[in-house]
Formats: sequence, C-alpha cells, structure tokens
Amino acid sequence: MQSKMKESDPILEVENLSASTDNLPILKGVSLTVYPGEIHAIMGRNGCGKSTLSKIIAGHPSYNITNGDIKFLGENINSLEPEERSQSGIFLGFQYPIEIPGVSNLEFLRVSTNARRKFLNKEELDTFDFEELVKEKLEIVKMDHAFLSRSVNQGFSGGEKKRNEILQMALLEPKIAILDETDSGLDIDALRIVASGIKKISNAQTGIILITHYQRLLDEIKPNYVHVMSDGRIIKTGESDLALELEEKGYEWTDNFIKGT
Amino acid sequence: MVNENLVKDVVKEPYKYGFVTDIETEKIEKGLNEDIIKLISQKKEEPKFLLDFRLKAFKKWQKMKEPDWAALGYKKIDYQDIIYYSAPKQKEKISSLDEVDPKLLETFDKLGIPLTEQKKLTNVAVDAVFDSVSIATTFREELAEHGVIFCSISEAVKNHADLIEKYLGTVVPASDNYFAALNSAVFSDGSFVYIPKGVTCPMDLSSYFRINSGDSGQFERTLIIAEESSSVSYLEGCTAPMFDTNTLHAAVVELIALDDASIKYSTVQNWYAGDEQGIGGIFNFVTKRGKCLGKRSKISWSQVETGSAITWKYPSCLLLGEESVGEFYSVALTNNLQQADTGTKMIHIGPKTKSTIVSKGISAGNSKNSYRGLVKMGTKATGSRNYSQCDSMLIGNQASANTFPYIKSQQPNSEIEHEASTCRISEDQLFYLQSRGIEFEEAVSMMVSGFCRDVFNQLPMEFAAEADKLLALKLEGSVG
Repeated sequence: MQSKMKESDPILEVENLSASTDNLPILKGVSLTVYPGEIHAIMGRNGCGKSTLSKIIAGHPSYNITNGDIKFLGENINSLEPEERSQSGIFLGFQYPIEIPGVSNLEFLRVSTNARRKFLNKEELDTFDFEELVKEKLEIVKMDHAFLSRSVNQGFSGGEKKRNEILQMALLEPKIAILDETDSGLDIDALRIVASGIKKISNAQTGIILITHYQRLLDEIKPNYVHVMSDGRIIKTGESDLALELEEKGYEWTDNFIKGT
Repeated sequence: MVNENLVKDVVKEPYKYGFVTDIETEKIEKGLNEDIIKLISQKKEEPKFLLDFRLKAFKKWQKMKEPDWAALGYKKIDYQDIIYYSAPKQKEKISSLDEVDPKLLETFDKLGIPLTEQKKLTNVAVDAVFDSVSIATTFREELAEHGVIFCSISEAVKNHADLIEKYLGTVVPASDNYFAALNSAVFSDGSFVYIPKGVTCPMDLSSYFRINSGDSGQFERTLIIAEESSSVSYLEGCTAPMFDTNTLHAAVVELIALDDASIKYSTVQNWYAGDEQGIGGIFNFVTKRGKCLGKRSKISWSQVETGSAITWKYPSCLLLGEESVGEFYSVALTNNLQQADTGTKMIHIGPKTKSTIVSKGISAGNSKNSYRGLVKMGTKATGSRNYSQCDSMLIGNQASANTFPYIKSQQPNSEIEHEASTCRISEDQLFYLQSRGIEFEEAVSMMVSGFCRDVFNQLPMEFAAEADKLLALKLEGSVG
C-alpha cells in the first residue's frame, strides 16, 4: 500500500517544525509527510501540540515558526497568509468554529468558495449559480437550507457547527483537509453523518489529517497512519491498529516511549 | 489583539474626493459682524424679513456660549478668521445648465454626480451646492408637473417667500443652540423642498454639498415641507478637499410633516476627516430636526457618518401629532483621530406616538465615538412607545466608544426600551474568515457591514451599496 502511494509527489511535508507563541515553545521538531489518498490520524493528550500544529499549517498569526519548514505541493508556505493557503487548497476544520454575527452563512460560503475558484481559474459563481451548488453539497452533510440564511455559526448547536465545517470542506474541495477534533461533541448519528461526509469529499488525490482523542471516528474512517504526539513531538507512528492499542492501554502507555528516547 | 504589523503592511487608499477645483471665486472678507450679514443678505437680494431674521439670530448668537458638554476635544474656533461667503464667479443670470462653468460641472462629474442633460442620474433629482451657492438643480420641470418644488433655498426666498416666511426657523429656532444661531445669521445656500397635498414625489430628491475653499465655512440651510398625505425620500451627500486647516460646517435642516405625510431623510456624510495625525478635516456641527405636526405623520432619519474630524449631530423628531412616528437609523464610523458625538432626540408630545432608534458606532484607530440620545415622554404622550438599540464595535485596542442615553418620562402610561451592546472584532474571527480564503480587509469589511446591516436595510438601494463600499474604504489599514 505504502509503496504504491509514494509514486506520486507528497501534498504536505512538515519538516522538523518548531514553533512558539509568546516565546513559549509548543512544537519541538515535528515531521510529517502526507501523500495523495492518505489518511493520517494524530492523537495525543490535551496540550500536546496537535491543535497548534493544525493552526500553524493553516497560518494562524499567533504562532512563530522558529525552525523547520512547511511545504505544500513542493512549495515552502511558511510565509503565506492564511487566505493564500486556503485558496491554494489547505483546509482547516475548526475544533471550535467561530461565530460571526451579522454575516450571512450563505454569503460567507459564496465569498469563500469564489476565492478558491478564482485561484483555480474557475468562473466565480453568482448568487443563483451558487445556490445550485450549495444545495447539492447540503445533501452531503444532511443540513437544512435554513442554515444558509442564518449568521455564520451563530446559535448553531455543536453538531451543526461541525456539519457547517464539513459543508465548507465540500465547497472548497481542498487538496488537504486538517480536521481538528471534528468528532468532539457529536452524538453517534451526527458522527456518522460527518464521517460519511468526509469520505464522500475525499478521493485518491486528497490528503486528510484527522486530529482526535477517540477511536470512534477512526472506526468510521480508517486511517493509513496513526501518529501519537506528546510535548510538541511525534513520539510514535504506526498503522491503524496503533489507535486501537492506544485506546486499550491509554496515553500512560505512550509515556514509556518518551522515557525510551 | 490583532497583529499590528499586518496593519502597517496594508496599502492605504487616499481620500478620493480630496481634490480642489481651481476656479475664480468671489469671497467676502474674513470675519463676522452686522455689516457682513447685511452684505450676505444684499448679495442674495433678500427681502427684509430675512435680513431681520439674520440680524436677530446674530444678536442671540453673540450672547450665547459655545457648547462644551459633548465628548469632543478640539482647538477653539476663531469665528473672526472665517470667510462667511464664497461663491464661484459665474454669469449674473443662468438660464440653463449649458451656461454653468464647465469646471463646476466637471467637479460634480468627478464626484459621481453628473448634472448635464445627457449624463444626469435618471432616477434622482439633484441640487448641487458648491461652497456658498447652489449651482444647479436637475429635473425641475418634471417635478413641477407634480407640483413639487425643488430648488435652492436662495431661489425659494425669491419665488416662494410666503412658504419661507411661514416655516423658516419654526422647527429649529435661531435661539436653539450656538451653531443653529450662527447658521441662522449667516446661512448661504441649501435646498428647499415642497411636496403638495396628496403627492408622492415621483423620484428621490438629493442634495450634494461640496466644500471647495479652505478658509470659508459652509453654512447650508435645508427646509422640507410635506403637506397632508404626501411623501418624499431625500438624500444628502457631502465631500470636501483635503486641507491641513480645519473648515467649519454648521448646517441647519428643518423638516415639517403634516397629517399622514412622510419624509425619509438619508445622509451619507464623507467630509474630509483629516490625516492620520489628525491634521485638517471638517468640523461638522449640524442641527437637524423634524416636526411631525400632523396625525400619523412620519419622519425617518438615516445617516452614515464616516467623514469629518469632528461630528456633532443629533437629527431629532418632535412628535406632536397623534400616532406620529419618528425613526433614527445611524452608522457612525470613526478612524485615526476622528471624534464623533452623535445620536438623536425623540420628543414624544402627542398621544400614541412611536419612535425607533437604531445606532451602530464603529471606532477604529485612536478615534472616539459617542452615542448621545434623549427620549422624552411628555405629559400628554399616553400610550406612546420608544425602542432604542445602541451597539458599538471596537476595532483595535486604541479606540473608544461611549453611550449616553438620556430618558425622561412624564407619562406613566408609555413605554421606553433601551438595549446596548459593545463588541470587538476578534483575531479568531478574522483568522476564521481568512482560513476560508477571504482576504484580511474583506474579512473586516464583511464583519462591519454585518454589524451595520439593520441600518443599511433602511437606506435607499443605491445608497446602501455606496455606504457599504465607503465603509470598506474608510477602514482600509485601520485594523490594529
């Protein structure tokens, strides 16, 4: 399986990445390579740096890269603005999607989709054409049309917010999607909808990074690789059964790896 | 908490309307005294009642003190260092637009207000005021067919002296306040609108005020009368060149609505605001008031205030007639070192009167933005209601916002509701929008127009789009 995938060029290469916020080191040399068609899971305790890694890849301004590189499709993107990263095909699904009062969800989705389409030299969509497109994508996450006329994420339940994230992913058709705890706060039905949405959107050309605490999302979407993070480093990488082992033995088990290194 | 460096990187769009028209003007000497007032009145060939009105106002003004209660700080104005009349030199009598100096037409063209027959806006009649005089008014004949009078106030003084004498100063008396008294003494030009009984004005009416000269003040005066069961929508726009001195603008607007009449008055104010260091800019001290005289009459103010170094402005409604309605919808945006103290007064006098106030203040840079409003229920205002909503948005961490609501009720059988909120554009919100491919500047303006949506919905269509663009332009480089 592995050798077949590596015939093509990687989508994302994180090379020995160190980063800090307010002079506090958070990442201490993370390396990770994602090839087309691969699904990677990153697991680890709260505060191990998983979410930080996802935000840095998306270009959050609060973090400084102190060492190492992030390459997307072979190009170094360390200094790109978040919007440029999104336009070129990097998607971050937020753990806590942000509420934006007064801005209609439909208009937000349209502007966002058009920014990506513009980058791809595709025709930008007017309100009517966009309505058609979004109707089709709403099916994927089983969302009601009424969500579109509300303000972005405002007053949405936890599950609705997460589905709105997957809707955005469906519209933006990213090359790589980093989904930060998309499963947290979801009941089992919502989890299935979200998981099936992710599967429908991804294909042999896209890469996915799932950041999660739990096995249950990985039961729905089977990863090719599982990475365990601790204290700003990836301390162990394995195949999907590593997640099962982790579920069984708990994170205390992984502490031994740190002692060992 | 937004990244400071981002701000400095952003290219700043200069003030688009900052040019000066090079035109020969007729100016009188600086200073203010009885002779100057007589001279202005004489230049305008005014009847005696108006000269008396001016001189009385001047006497009152001399005894008054400049108000200092607003949350504003500025250098003392030297009223003797201002030119009170400045007009572009033109032929004595102009019979058609073809005779207007092409330079003036060009100026208004550049401002997006074409006046000539071929190019004029098709759905709006325009009165164009340049410094102290009205240059041209379009669609006069078409309006006249409906009995609508739309002309400069100077012309109205000549041709409709009875209406002027009857209504001028009845809503804002000369003694009302310091700046109203000053205006009453020296007002130069402005617009006059008269909608006869039962007429719905067939098109929007609009005045465009342009200050061109740096050392003269602009003191315009507008009077709108809507007779029984008539209605009109009136728009007002303002720009001025960039000078490093401050120019005084002290206007008075009076609206009168009789039984079942309605007046909608919308303003987009974009006077030059001064530079980033707060040098230059217009001092905007304006008294706007409407009188709902009749039963079920309605006056609605909507304003988008983005310009001026100082804004001091409280468009108000006197609700006399039973079941009359007053509305105030406002967006006030301040940036850099701008200061705005603006709001409204809703004075409920008649029974079952109703008022609505929606105010959105946005402060960016080092600016200061205050809402100041009065809601008063008089003894006879039984069954009257008011609803006020005042929201402030802060951009960056140097700007300030204040809300000063005054509520006075002498009538227990009335309702007053007040809601207020303050929010800040957070880094997380910006990052969220950016991480969806939306540029930083666009993200800010999306959030600002979202915040202002309730007010923009009240503006006439083209105005709403313009206001949205204007806000985005004003905010460029402001997020810090």
